[in-house]
Amino acid sequence: MVKTQTYTLNMGPQHPSTHGVLQVVLELDGERVVKAVPHMGYLHRGIEKLAESRTYTQFIPYTDRLDYVSSMGNNLGYCQTVEKLMGISVPERAEYLRVIMTELNRIASHLLFMSSLAIDLGATTGMMYGFRDREYVLDLFNMVCGARLTYNYIRIGGVIEDIPPEFLPATEKFLADFPAMLTEYHNLLTGNEILYHRLKNTAVIDAKQAFEIGLTGPCLRASGIDYDIRKIEPYGVYDRFDFNVPLGQNGDNWDRYMVRMDEMVESAKIITQAIAQLPDGPVMAKVPKILKPPAGDVYHRIENPRGELGYYIVSDGTTKPYRTHVRRPSFINLQALGEVCKGILIADVVAVLATLDPLMGEVDC
Amino acid sequence: MSSQLLSNEAISSLQAQFPGAVSMIGEGSQQALLIDADGLLAIMGVLKNDAAYQFNMLSNLTAVDYLDYFELVYHLYSLPLGHTVTIKTRCQAETPRVSSVMGIWPSADFQEREVYDLLGVNFTGHLDLRRILMPDDFMEYPLRKGYKLPAPGERRS
Repeated sequence: MVKTQTYTLNMGPQHPSTHGVLQVVLELDGERVVKAVPHMGYLHRGIEKLAESRTYTQFIPYTDRLDYVSSMGNNLGYCQTVEKLMGISVPERAEYLRVIMTELNRIASHLLFMSSLAIDLGATTGMMYGFRDREYVLDLFNMVCGARLTYNYIRIGGVIEDIPPEFLPATEKFLADFPAMLTEYHNLLTGNEILYHRLKNTAVIDAKQAFEIGLTGPCLRASGIDYDIRKIEPYGVYDRFDFNVPLGQNGDNWDRYMVRMDEMVESAKIITQAIAQLPDGPVMAKVPKILKPPAGDVYHRIENPRGELGYYIVSDGTTKPYRTHVRRPSFINLQALGEVCKGILIADVVAVLATLDPLMGEVDC
Repeated sequence: MSSQLLSNEAISSLQAQFPGAVSMIGEGSQQALLIDADGLLAIMGVLKNDAAYQFNMLSNLTAVDYLDYFELVYHLYSLPLGHTVTIKTRCQAETPRVSSVMGIWPSADFQEREVYDLLGVNFTGHLDLRRILMPDDFMEYPLRKGYKLPAPGERRS
């Protein structure tokens, strides 16, 4: 008598398309996924615990290692949280520099998303283009802080150093070249029939489901929900810029891809405006060498490329925080994986992972 | 439109609905509602579903070890009404146990597992309460204040 049964396939933690060390245990019925259970923790370094034995300033480099492809955003979120707790106001020029850096970082991060999506679906050339152009952004960061990935540039009270004279011309050149780069990507990837059919109408998350899972960032906006912290709770000087929040309609893989592609355009718009408005002046507020925030707790959130990044800090009035918690968007977005993978083909699991874009440094804090 | 803290009238009406179970602590951006742990689910249900609150997003969930007790912290956001609120509730330190809010906001799943994993707070009603970051056979709760980090070079099995 013929009998069928499901079988288990282990994907990861050493798997090129899990973007780090994520393990997914797949229960399969032929080529269809019955159940997908993510297992994380392979990169868990106990950053929240380490924070309790570091001073407030010493913790900034640790934030670099959370979402390590958008470290500027992590720096910004943490520093703004401590500033909110202590009531420090940041000089205008530093606020604008922060915006320029985080938006450049958003572009770099989304380029990496595009590249990894391309190679996960077998488009090796597409990956090369994204990585080539991301390098220009990393060169810009190298100019301002000497690091390509872990910047430690945004500090409590401002930014560590003013930009060098060659930074603005180089950024303007990048912005001038950027539309042509985008056209290239769209010709190569967006207009590619194979990519379109792999992504369109696969792994649909409707608005209600996206909300229940707790998605934030581009993944939520791809389902058509207008939720962008830069708009609903403008931090820094974000209320001074004119930009749109790209939204998707279906919440499928394709929308998650397109939303990010469109966000890069908006980021470039913000940077252009920030450069035009960039005032002169100091880049660092007068901040005491030893920080002793008053006892209390504070929660602050910003819009990182992967979603809502929140920091919750409890101070007991000493030089070290009593408790630091990081609300990492990738961690919570990963809840979608199990839901979305039900019933899809095994080959599409890779596409779902790519468009949800979890980053394990952040998932495993 | 910038988001607002939950208005005082809304808080008063919540307090009237649940007499004695909701108290306000902190000021300004540190303002929070301290809720009696027994009434947590009922109050959270009202906060999510009542037209006056509509907190449809559980933005953040975490806990803090205060030695004598654990404090659970929930940051809620209402997309339709654009307001935020911080909810706190406490449970005793010996056998920490709180009702799970997973039935109200399914997105609490991973965050409650994280709190369970790192602080050892049990969530009644959570459907799949397993360790999430630490290995399954790990015996301690690293974010508790009593947990000592291993000395350099010292290994733990």
